Amino acid sequence: MTIDSLSRRRLLQGAGMAALASALPVASAFAKDTTVGFIYVGSRDDYGYNQAHAAGAAALKKMSGVKVVEEEKVPETDAVEKTMESMINLDGATLLFPTSFGYYSPHMLKMAVKYPKVRFEHAGGLWTEKDPKNAGSYFGYIDEAQHVAGIVAGYSSKTGKLGFVAAKPIPQVLRNINAYLLGARLANPKATLQVIFTGDWSMPVKEAEATNSLIDQGCDVLTCHVDGPKTVMENAARRGAMVSGYHVSAAPLVPKAYLTGAEWNWEALYPKFVKMFTAGETIPNFYRGGLKEGLVKVSPYGAMVSEQARKHADDVKAKLMAGGYAIFKGPLKDNKGAVVIAGGVSRGQTDPELEKMNYLVEGVIGATS
Amino acid sequence: MAFGKNIGGAAEYVVIPALALLGALAAFGIFAALFGKDPIDLYFFMYQGAFGTWFSWQNTLTRAAPLILTALCTALPAQLGMVIIGGEGALLIGGLCATAAALVVQGAPPLLVDVAMAIAGMLAGGLWIALSGALRQFRGVNETISSLLLVYIALAVLNFLVEGPMRDPSSLNKPSTREIGAANMIGAIPGTDVHWGLVFGLVAAALAYVLIFHTTFGFAARIAGGNVRAARIVGLNVGRLVLIVCLLAGAAAGLAGMVEVAAVQGRANANLAVGYGFTGILVSFLARHNPLAIVPVAILLGGINASGGLLQRRLGLPDASVLVLQGMIFVSVLMSETLYGRFRIFARKEA
Repeated sequence: MTIDSLSRRRLLQGAGMAALASALPVASAFAKDTTVGFIYVGSRDDYGYNQAHAAGAAALKKMSGVKVVEEEKVPETDAVEKTMESMINLDGATLLFPTSFGYYSPHMLKMAVKYPKVRFEHAGGLWTEKDPKNAGSYFGYIDEAQHVAGIVAGYSSKTGKLGFVAAKPIPQVLRNINAYLLGARLANPKATLQVIFTGDWSMPVKEAEATNSLIDQGCDVLTCHVDGPKTVMENAARRGAMVSGYHVSAAPLVPKAYLTGAEWNWEALYPKFVKMFTAGETIPNFYRGGLKEGLVKVSPYGAMVSEQARKHADDVKAKLMAGGYAIFKGPLKDNKGAVVIAGGVSRGQTDPELEKMNYLVEGVIGATS
Repeated sequence: MAFGKNIGGAAEYVVIPALALLGALAAFGIFAALFGKDPIDLYFFMYQGAFGTWFSWQNTLTRAAPLILTALCTALPAQLGMVIIGGEGALLIGGLCATAAALVVQGAPPLLVDVAMAIAGMLAGGLWIALSGALRQFRGVNETISSLLLVYIALAVLNFLVEGPMRDPSSLNKPSTREIGAANMIGAIPGTDVHWGLVFGLVAAALAYVLIFHTTFGFAARIAGGNVRAARIVGLNVGRLVLIVCLLAGAAAGLAGMVEVAAVQGRANANLAVGYGFTGILVSFLARHNPLAIVPVAILLGGINASGGLLQRRLGLPDASVLVLQGMIFVSVLMSETLYGRFRIFARKEA
């Protein structure tokens, strides 16, 4: 069966799409299965953001009756709209996971309106009441895992100077930086965290420079918030510093330097979503959670992490799992001396004020602009 | 470098690039076979993803649209013998200024807003490349280097304004300007999903062709491109030619930026910088800087990019395989340049 067997007119009408898809030899194999499409902004083996999502997709491949199609390095332009349409029209996908933050508006929203029968699930936690009902957005409070990793870092640092290589001074990143320092200060009240912003999500050269610069200034434990932490991890380890990971575990890359890290746990969430979908249940449009809900996790501690650090970190982790523990509570000052959370005020994870974070807390060396 | 004046010459300009393309595709098939993928499947999916269905055609044309405009940014100065590779910068500045214009005249009728955006985008992009032209003309700065470096300045300006003075305070985790408004979006060509940028590109390519090959201005530009001293001796104002051509070239890329904002993104942010300007350089060189030839070449590259998704999904090839194919085509076409005039079959018909 080839395309030639279809009339030209039918092609032009665009109506033959479904027939064409089923006429393809490969497509016929998808027929009974639920086809789930994954779209990544970077490469799926980046030891970072995209790999974390790809690990979630890999978990789906083990489920019976589920077929996964993936496309990597799709920019946040109309290219992603076309990729979504292509997955729907040519692969028969009925559930899509466009995983990059910038895919949501306007691209995914546009497609959700155009294809009301397809379910769209976006990583970012952006869905609001005015958005289409067949669209959803989920995200994890990964600052909880960063907070626990910060405790380990606080105990492990000999100089008391920690380093953070960050992409952009946006709320999500600032929240991770602040949670990390607040964790470190539970272990060592004098700990400081020096932050360098590289300006963009994937800047390997600047990330390497920032890593070297932080180590030159005495930082001996480093972490980061960029799309691909590999550069920071490998360079820091080479220079003899210890690292704490982000997105996925970097233990396979730098086993001797890896203390712990903040990881996504998409491999737990995605099978849950897909099971709901295939059972005909509705996936919540807006879904957020942290350690307790299993959306994020803390990497297993490295062998060099002290007993004291493990105990303290596990203790805080248990409190976070139980709920009720607040990372951000007053009195809290920013690093310019202004009070950002007044005494007696405790901001829980779901507090919308935290979504607008635009400050670095006292103890962080660096500026947001 | 027009299409040949006789049938034999014209055929040469079609047959040799076509053979080069086939050679690159054959090499890519061997490359895929080495990785255990069936080349027949490969070609089938490439055809399927790029041109096999009406949806695929629209996908291809959507991806080709910005490339036609950015390719003109390299092709026009090439007539003067200049190698401008900074179309990306003009695109970014054009998109940024178009957004600013839309935000300033917001509330005006949509057509007026779009016209203001187009003018602002073209003017800004034009001046950006004219800066490279002026640096070369009056200060002897190499235009290739300066236009490339200006890309990074443009990117820094874009990021600074989008994350600072022009930032929409509600764009928390994805710094962006305010939106230009749904009413002001230029939308799709009726009956398709392809935005109007494609039509802008086709019109611009046709105008550029007429300008270069059918006006005295274009003739003068080509003379200056052939031999600057000879052009000066016959009294041509080369400085003026350089500036005007650079202005027009930058305007084309600036228009591409305006289209990205007005038809795709609806606002300016870092998503404008996805490399259309750089792919445009490739398109222009493959088209031998001929404005009309840019159109099919842009569609070809758009098709390759469109089919890349299917190659990833059906054959499990990595995204980089598309870059490998583009590289093979580029090398193959450049090597084929040496073949012109060597085949007697084309020469014989000349008589």
